[in-house]
Amino acid sequence: MQELLPSGKSVVTDTTSSILDRAAEAAARATPDSLAKRVRGLSDRMVAWIFIAPTIVLLLAINIFPLIWAIQLSFTNYRANRPNEPIKNIGLSNYSRILTDTDTWIAMQATAHFVFWTILLQTLIGFSLAYLIDRKFRGHALWTTIILVPMMLSPAVVGNFWRFLYEPQIGLFSYVVSFFTGIPTTDIQMLSSVTLAPWAIIIVDTWMWTPYVMLICLAGLRSIPDYIYEAAEVDRASNWRQFWSITLPMALPFIMLAVLFRGIENFKMFDMVNLLTGGGPGSTTEVASITLKREAFEKWRTGFSSAFAIILFVAVFGLANIYVKVLNRVKSR
Amino acid sequence: MKSTLKVSFGLAAGLAASTAMTGASQAEDLTLCWAAWDPANALVELSKDFTAETGIGMKFEFVPWTNYADRFLNELNSKGKLCDLIIGDSQWIGGSAENGHYVKLNDFFDKEGIKMSDFVDATVVGYSQWPKNTPNYWALPAMGDVVGWTYRKDWFSNPDLQKEFKEKYGWDLDAPKTFDQLKQVAEFFQNREIDGKKVYGASIYTERGSEGVTMGVMDVLYSYGFKYENPDKPYEMEGFVNSDKSVKGLEFYKALYDCCTPPGASNSYMGEGVDAFKSGQVAMHMNFAFTWPGLQKDEAVGGEKVGFFANPAGPDGEQFAQLGGQGISVVSYSDKQDAALKYIKWFANPEVQKKWWSLGGFSCLKSVVEDPGFAATQPYAQTFLDSMAIVKDFWAEPSYASLLQASQKRFHDYVVAGQGTPKEALDGLVADWTEVFEDDGKM
Amino acid sequence: MSAAAHSVVEPSTTSKRVAAALVIVYALISMIPLFWIFATSFKTPPDSIAYPPKLVFTPSVEGYCNLFTTRTRQTPEYISSLPPATNFCDEVTRKRNMVIAGPSNFLPRFVNSLIIAFGSTFCAVFLGTLAAYGFSRFRVPLADDLLFFILSTRFMPPIAVAIPIYLMYRELGLSDTALGMILLYTAVNVSLAVWLLKGFIDEIPREYEEAAMIDGYTRLQAFRKVVLPQATTGIAATAIFCLIFAWNEYAFASLLTSGTAQTAPPFIPTIIGEGGQDWPAVAAGTTVFLVPILVFTILLRKQLLRGITFGAVRK
Repeated sequence: MQELLPSGKSVVTDTTSSILDRAAEAAARATPDSLAKRVRGLSDRMVAWIFIAPTIVLLLAINIFPLIWAIQLSFTNYRANRPNEPIKNIGLSNYSRILTDTDTWIAMQATAHFVFWTILLQTLIGFSLAYLIDRKFRGHALWTTIILVPMMLSPAVVGNFWRFLYEPQIGLFSYVVSFFTGIPTTDIQMLSSVTLAPWAIIIVDTWMWTPYVMLICLAGLRSIPDYIYEAAEVDRASNWRQFWSITLPMALPFIMLAVLFRGIENFKMFDMVNLLTGGGPGSTTEVASITLKREAFEKWRTGFSSAFAIILFVAVFGLANIYVKVLNRVKSR
Repeated sequence: MKSTLKVSFGLAAGLAASTAMTGASQAEDLTLCWAAWDPANALVELSKDFTAETGIGMKFEFVPWTNYADRFLNELNSKGKLCDLIIGDSQWIGGSAENGHYVKLNDFFDKEGIKMSDFVDATVVGYSQWPKNTPNYWALPAMGDVVGWTYRKDWFSNPDLQKEFKEKYGWDLDAPKTFDQLKQVAEFFQNREIDGKKVYGASIYTERGSEGVTMGVMDVLYSYGFKYENPDKPYEMEGFVNSDKSVKGLEFYKALYDCCTPPGASNSYMGEGVDAFKSGQVAMHMNFAFTWPGLQKDEAVGGEKVGFFANPAGPDGEQFAQLGGQGISVVSYSDKQDAALKYIKWFANPEVQKKWWSLGGFSCLKSVVEDPGFAATQPYAQTFLDSMAIVKDFWAEPSYASLLQASQKRFHDYVVAGQGTPKEALDGLVADWTEVFEDDGKM
Repeated sequence: MSAAAHSVVEPSTTSKRVAAALVIVYALISMIPLFWIFATSFKTPPDSIAYPPKLVFTPSVEGYCNLFTTRTRQTPEYISSLPPATNFCDEVTRKRNMVIAGPSNFLPRFVNSLIIAFGSTFCAVFLGTLAAYGFSRFRVPLADDLLFFILSTRFMPPIAVAIPIYLMYRELGLSDTALGMILLYTAVNVSLAVWLLKGFIDEIPREYEEAAMIDGYTRLQAFRKVVLPQATTGIAATAIFCLIFAWNEYAFASLLTSGTAQTAPPFIPTIIGEGGQDWPAVAAGTTVFLVPILVFTILLRKQLLRGITFGAVRK
């Protein structure tokens, strides 16, 4: 759309050309720029303020003010269902209780297991799909769109209907597995078994979000210019070699980005797991957000849960920071 | 910045307030909040009489059981004006009374001549009083409910099965009276082929999210001798909650879950139990009495095929059942308290209570349930009476939600996930409950 | 190019066929759960909980009827005493010895979803475009810090944010209001919107606006007439992301709304039949709820791809 003429002027081929024509005329009898900006309408400073302020105000009100309030609450024993009781400041005792509580560590373990395996599976499958789609076979656009559909569903609704699919007696999943492996369906208790339940949530999340990773990897693969491959061809590098020394390294920043996004999202995961297993059986799938919800909205230990929320936030923030630094280093290579 | 914040909050609040007002209901319309279940539908029918009598329209907000506590406790804690009348769960009494969610009804009862002695004592204590066993009333007993059991009478009457059972266990196959008998019956039916399909012993409560597994386990624990606290020393739980008897009871529940329940029943509560029984999967099923009218009318398993029995006794002969049921209260944040109180007065009328029972509601009025002809009105009426005579309830403290969460976790972790021993689970429960009471300042 | 020397640039037909086969297999497998749900929405409730699951069944619209109505069970005598059924759903319901008692809450929840999701998307994109333009074109003090702060608001688990928001809304009377939810979703989405749109706007050369301003346009007019038309792809991509988030959001909706402003995602999993969940109705609800997003996304799929691609490149 935009070309650079030898004279250095830019030319565009759309409707702004008429404006430029008039600009050329006006330039001949133009007043100095600064005067023009000053006398016509609001100054740039004003515009900048008007444009940015509402967003900042909204974020301060809805994100930062509550965060500060949560920090304040975390040092108290406030309970939201007893609004009239006096609030006692109890210092760091909420924090120390959380960090020494075995249940917290079980929840973190369940979360870590979930995050690790979902990222691993989604990255492997997503990248593979992107690579295959990048072969650009006929109809690949259609199939890509079809693969995207699971992503558009509500995670809560997905968790709910996968509960239906996972029922040993009436659900489709156990029958399909039984068909292929011969294990009786009543033994395939995805949601009741302590060993299988963590995999139940991993499977559903992978089903839902692999398309997302695939899209990002696809963007990465498409950003690799053809001439690099052509040069490699000239050097008679094998496909395998090309993949390892060109494709993978150049797609790596994108892959890492997908990992970052999915990692943050799955660390915060609540909807799908809550409706699929509710954290059970026992506490085997009780990821951090579910523990948080139970503490805050069922036991109404508002102060305590605020402390837990702050700890989670700091953890994610810290990890994300480190990761982004690594990512930037990879990109600059 | 602060003033901008204040201004924006003010604006937002103003906008919100105006939208709330324009959405306000018509002049005399009451909103009643309850759980979404069959009795609620019956109440809708019944309330048409109230509207005919007084001209006050009734609107209803029903929420399924799984979200019932979440949604309405949230509503009450937010001082919401959605509900004028609420039929709150029996365990909410403590919190609602102490936090000022409910209107105290003593003066109203005195003025209108409504006597609590007209209602079944257990329901008054369970649904209406806070503190317990003191004459402070916060609700009118509305829906009596208790955990009992149903069984497939048609299977139990099968002569071949009866013969086989008698040979194996030595007593006649019939509704079990003790838990040991119940387990034997359940084992007998587990994985048996009946009418070409594999069936299972029993469906019991195992739900984790709200209160399911606790309600189920308590039925067994009560009959085994579990006590919440030292009768002479309130809140002393050591040796009562985790007594040897309690340990045996919890062990029994897990054994029953492991041996004799349908596959995949790790999160089963009232709805799942009804489905399991209706689809012919189980020989017996544990459920609240409110499910009985629906099962009685069911095409597949109703009529002559279904029988009812009260919660069985434990090895020492003690027999108790977990109380369910609710009382109807006036929400203190409502703007229509006078109209709401009119509804309560109307509902307490013996004629209305009689009609309530006939429509499928479980009346708590003595004149209805102690009437000589009561047992004949429905096949499950006698079992209901027997069960209401042996009820025991969970804590109704203001912090009941924390107490319930603790028992949910301990019981589910042990019974369903198989973690630890029953003694460890109960010891842990004592520790959890102690912590809650200490936080509350009661210990 | 000889078939033997197939390069990565132009894959051979064989590798294309293999790729196609694998991708199609994956696509079909990942569609199976959705087909099953769609099929379940046309089963009768007993059929939906039949074991083993029925692959062949007689279709029925009971699921959809149940989704939109509440019913009570009555005796056959009572039903035969009623006037004849007025509409199709009525007939279907009566065959099961039930009578329609009234409309269900699904339609109001669906409408709430429409209002809240589209409302907050519009606001988020609107504010986001303005802020993105501001950051892109002007030298804002502490720009990098502000941008990072904007991004970091996405690191908190929604439940964590919900606790103080719940308290705040309770004080302000915004609990269970559409306005409260729109504000909240806008705030959550605006960070993503600013970040994505800044990248798109950065791509639009400044020379166009500057030329327009030389011509006598004010900054605002230049923004409206020059920048916005060129940013439409970016705006569309951003709108899709914001809409998908707001449409499908559950955690905030379930904690901060109850009757008046509740959206569909917290509602659909609570659709109960006579015992446990009414699976055909839940499936019907899922299908109906998916349709708007599906339509919207398919219409704008090119922009969606651009959006993801772009966002990735930007970071």
